[in-house]
Amino acid sequence: MSESTATGEELLRADHVMEYAYKRSLGSVLSHFFTGLRDRKIFGIKTAKGRVLVPPSEYDPETGDATSGFIEVGPGGVVQTWSWIDNPKPKNHLQEPFAWALIQLDGADTAMLHAVAADSADQMSTGMRVTIQWAEETVGRIQDIACFVPEGKS
Amino acid sequence: MSEETQEPVLLIVTPVRCEYNYTPGAATQKFLRGMEKGKIMGQACDGCGRVYVPPRGACGRCGRATSKEVQLKDTGTVVSFSIVRVPSENIKVDLPYVAANIVLDGADISFSALIQECPYDEVRIGMRVQGIWRPESEWGTTMSNIKFFVPLDEPDVAFDKIKEIS
Repeated sequence: MSESTATGEELLRADHVMEYAYKRSLGSVLSHFFTGLRDRKIFGIKTAKGRVLVPPSEYDPETGDATSGFIEVGPGGVVQTWSWIDNPKPKNHLQEPFAWALIQLDGADTAMLHAVAADSADQMSTGMRVTIQWAEETVGRIQDIACFVPEGKS
Repeated sequence: MSEETQEPVLLIVTPVRCEYNYTPGAATQKFLRGMEKGKIMGQACDGCGRVYVPPRGACGRCGRATSKEVQLKDTGTVVSFSIVRVPSENIKVDLPYVAANIVLDGADISFSALIQECPYDEVRIGMRVQGIWRPESEWGTTMSNIKFFVPLDEPDVAFDKIKEIS
């Protein structure tokens, strides 16, 4: 049914799309991280205080000091917090209901946001262990991690 | 190919895409319905009389409604322009080209449009231009009924005058 204006005229509508096809230059630290994903490894980086940041950044967010020394982490980790998604959006990587979760990978001191494929919210809990599930093809992008799954379920 | 021989990943593609449904609102709807008939319909402010095209329904300067309809001609003056040397997927003209801000005669606000049929390095502020319309059979409720603007064989508008209209 078409809508109309106050004067009875058919209301105009149009589908618009705004899109920017950004390419992001990674820099040496994130380049190492994404190259690692392509090779099915997850790398963090050490701060001067010995904390391991995952994903790695060039500087320690607490002190501003440069970081150095990559260290492989995972593939298992612990869910720190999560949010259940009943109705995935068309752009979401997972099209079945899933959880967004902050996951602290084994060996890391920070948590990383990614998706956890679980059958229902009942399977999710803070402190639960999850493990990585790689995509069939890895090319060097965050979607190389298809998702995380509850440990023992992969 | 083994992992050792592959190049490092230096770039990622991170597209930003926003899909939305646009409703023009009463004033712009009248403008678009006018375009469908080959008429450029602006609106004048009830307070200061400034003429807006395309109209948004209110005066940006004094905040009052713009309820008086004003039909404008397709001639105007270039008040600002850029020479574009970077391709854009939705603008299919040869590079470099000129995107200009044009104030139509009788209007008090500019809008942007392409200038064609003129060497890009001859476009200047104050240049008189006229819109070139698509064939009537192609007209729709869209600004793109005017394909682009071309130079008019008229003297330029002096800079002091430009300050008044833009």
